Amino acid sequence: MITLDDLDREILRALSEDATQSAGALGRKLGLSQPAAWRRVKRLREAGVIARQRVDLDLEALGFGVTVFLGISLAAKGRVALADFERAVVAIPEVQSVQHVLGLYDYRLRVVARDLADFERVLRRRIMTLPGVGAVDANVLLSEERLSGPL
Amino acid sequence: MTEATCWRRLERLRSAGILRGQRAVINWRALGYEVEVSLRITLDKTTPRAFEEFTSAARLVPEVLEIQSFLGRVDMRLNVIARDMAHYRELYRDRILALPHISDLEALMHLSDIKSEGSLPL
Repeated sequence: MITLDDLDREILRALSEDATQSAGALGRKLGLSQPAAWRRVKRLREAGVIARQRVDLDLEALGFGVTVFLGISLAAKGRVALADFERAVVAIPEVQSVQHVLGLYDYRLRVVARDLADFERVLRRRIMTLPGVGAVDANVLLSEERLSGPL
Repeated sequence: MTEATCWRRLERLRSAGILRGQRAVINWRALGYEVEVSLRITLDKTTPRAFEEFTSAARLVPEVLEIQSFLGRVDMRLNVIARDMAHYRELYRDRILALPHISDLEALMHLSDIKSEGSLPL
């Protein structure tokens, strides 16, 4: 496993804010030369610490006023049931993320919709018709903040 | 589309506030955090500032990656990471249960990502 020093942590924190910064810009901020900053970013990427980039969109400005988290339990459990459900659920465009979880539910879904009426349509036509779907619990997202984590 | 047209369109999305930026996603597993738990929390709403006080206290726990508030069966959700189960137990007892105004709490252990943040029905 990769070990980080304080400068690596600063770099990760800066890139979590803005991933488009050049090595030169990062270096100036942290008092590193451009090549030194570049080498550090390269090392972090190669170790898989920087997994990918996420485009941060204002969903509301795009007309998606509602985000709902669904907890879904499958009615029948078994390898085939899981595979069928997963194949179908990832194809729904309104479903932004799917996590397989252990606990009260089997899956946790993040769903976007234009408004509550649109959400009802997605729920009835797309979610409730998924293969093997059992109980569904919905919570409407009011606010969300992401933190930088243990860096 | 030419590069210049593409750039102008991106610039327009940026200035309209639709495109807020690009963020690096950290893979915590690569840094030795093997456990990820979703904690769903019901707050004691008889205290007037329960939401605010809970949220500010949760921000101070470094292992909390996300704080969300909901309308529904649960009030808040925290996404928490830990190095292993022993570390998680320590975090849970010393930091999470010490957060103010919790009336009920349930945990979902994250097994895998089937689909990661992305698609929009545009």
